[in-house]
Amino acid sequence: MAFEDEPSGADEGRPQLTDIPGAASAEVDSDTPVDSAAPLELAGSFGEYALSLAKKVRSGESGVLPVLGGLVLLVIVFQVQDSVFLSSGNLVNLLVQGSVFILLGMAEIWVLVLGEIDLSVGYVAGVGATITAIMSTTHGLPWWVAILAGIAATSAIGAVWGALVIVFRLPSFVVTLAGLLGMEGVLLYLVNSNGTGGTIRITDSVLNDLANGNMSTSAGWVMMIVAVAAFGSVTFLRDRHRRVSGLVAPPVTVSVIKVVVLAAAGVALVLVCNTNRGALIPVQGVPYVVPIVLGVLAIWTFMLGRTRFGRYLYAIGNNAEAARRAGISLGWNKLWAFTLTGLTAGIAGVIYASRLGSISNNIDGGTLVLYAVASAVIGGASLFGGRGKMVYALLGGLVIATIYNGMGLLGLAASYQYMVTALVLLAAVTIDSLARRGRTSGD
Amino acid sequence: MSIVAEGRATGEPESAGAPLLTLRGISKHFGAVRALNHVDLDVPAGHITALVGDNGAGKSTLIKAISGIWAPTSGEISWDGTPVEIGTPKVADQLGIATMYQDLALCDNLDIVQNMFLGHEELSHRLLDETRMEIVAKQTLADLSVTTVQSVRQLVGSLSGGQRQSVAVARAVMRDARLVIMDEPTAALGVTQTALVLELIKTLGARGIAVIVISHNLNDVFEVADRIAVLYLGRLVSSGPIAEYDRQRVVELITTGRSADDPPAGTPITDTEA
Repeated sequence: MAFEDEPSGADEGRPQLTDIPGAASAEVDSDTPVDSAAPLELAGSFGEYALSLAKKVRSGESGVLPVLGGLVLLVIVFQVQDSVFLSSGNLVNLLVQGSVFILLGMAEIWVLVLGEIDLSVGYVAGVGATITAIMSTTHGLPWWVAILAGIAATSAIGAVWGALVIVFRLPSFVVTLAGLLGMEGVLLYLVNSNGTGGTIRITDSVLNDLANGNMSTSAGWVMMIVAVAAFGSVTFLRDRHRRVSGLVAPPVTVSVIKVVVLAAAGVALVLVCNTNRGALIPVQGVPYVVPIVLGVLAIWTFMLGRTRFGRYLYAIGNNAEAARRAGISLGWNKLWAFTLTGLTAGIAGVIYASRLGSISNNIDGGTLVLYAVASAVIGGASLFGGRGKMVYALLGGLVIATIYNGMGLLGLAASYQYMVTALVLLAAVTIDSLARRGRTSGD
Repeated sequence: MSIVAEGRATGEPESAGAPLLTLRGISKHFGAVRALNHVDLDVPAGHITALVGDNGAGKSTLIKAISGIWAPTSGEISWDGTPVEIGTPKVADQLGIATMYQDLALCDNLDIVQNMFLGHEELSHRLLDETRMEIVAKQTLADLSVTTVQSVRQLVGSLSGGQRQSVAVARAVMRDARLVIMDEPTAALGVTQTALVLELIKTLGARGIAVIVISHNLNDVFEVADRIAVLYLGRLVSSGPIAEYDRQRVVELITTGRSADDPPAGTPITDTEA
């Protein structure tokens, strides 16, 4: 314990105590733990921001930086090995492959934040997709009815897992392990009893286009501009609101950099997708699955970060007793989280079936769920609860899709894919654990 | 729930008129075990009452009866002169009784503002109003002269023990607590941290809030308390202004339930303090 944070030590000009009225009357010794100097939130200028960010990374709160670095590394390796990797056609393919991992990863985040787990999302997604396929292909119902039916079913399944966990206080690991087995059975039953030889084809053009269709090139640009503008205005309005209210906001430079980086990523994405990647007939445009994934990401991020419900999930995941004493209903909040896991798995299932153009009885839901958990964990979510963001699933899902896609390009067998994915997963948790060990232990 | 009550943050504790909390003949039996036996206690606003006693003397049982964890077997509790039944923690909360157990019930993964508002978040358009919550949290901490936290957006997990206490206390004050009960607030703290927390307790008293502090540390008790109440085997053997006690007498009371110059046990307290 060092007492390095006396008010007189504000020599770097950061507004550490001066913005708290009455700070001058400090009668007691400062007792801030070592290493917590210059919180990011108090950085007034870009330089200070960069310094405190560096400090934060060193002290174990590296956020998404390691996984971003890992992703860049993987891309470089695969590009060096095979120059096709960064071609337009392959990148779009990678995005579509990754969308299912990303969506399932996001499904998993809802329960991981609580410190729970859902092992059934792979087969739940399969069951949802099968229901959608039966509704659409077998019964000829409109695509949106089919999708709603599939997603309603998976949401209900998620709610059942949640209810079992809450009412009977069962471990979610066991409940959803049973769910994994049970839903595989339900899937086989549904597909086989459809009488189409173990496969149900998706014939509806809208359903097929979800993963295989592309927006027009101009629609891609419009989408990108709207998304960046929305992010930018939310960022700047919030910063302005904080400054007007007398609070410290991130330096303008930092916010500008964030928006510019996002805009650059958006432009790159649209440029890549709008390049003609067809061999005989021109194929170009952003796949519909991109706005679907980004839309789910945006809404889920918003729910987790800006609503009471989201806040309560973090509180319950970290200290359920504290949450209970604060008057938070553990049961209802958990039930909703499990339901949202089911709902998100349902969306993933529809995309999965759309990409394959069919749903069959040999879908490997077991591997899918492991990829889902791996996506969330590689991104930085904790299996012990209280830590995780939706964007983690996006980044982790992209890492897994990159390995899957890159190793496929190199013609390496599935055996290598699994082993490399395993190594990446281990590396991710090891880096995270080592970073955390270097962190201040508080008191 | 409203913002820090400014009206009552005035200096001198009023000398006991009607006490804020009055316990009369409180007993609590667990089967044949009499954990509390006809306890009478007055807790005046603006005063810090130290509740002392050996392990098993009934301190926690008494606290739990006041904070609504369980109802006493018999006896009467009055709040502001009105008889009340504190059947659940929620009732205690609504009356303005905030109890802080040693674990403090904080979430390490949330920041100070988020912890202070946990369960009672301010909303605007159904979304979390972070700006408003941050302003109120800052103001509350400043009012309590809590100056050691650098940013109210620090995660509580990164705070020291004393700072965590401060956050828990600030949460209670922000929610207009009129009686703050603290269970061994300095038990796990070092010297500096203890000083911080004791200062905070004094600030609470100066703001007109009634404080009950359970402590085994007589140094702390004599430094911070205005009044003392000693429990021995479920009975309240002595209580009164701290000026009437010295360390020797308190130790005797705690260990034997008697003291040479003690008024008869169980006498309702008459406050002689100016």
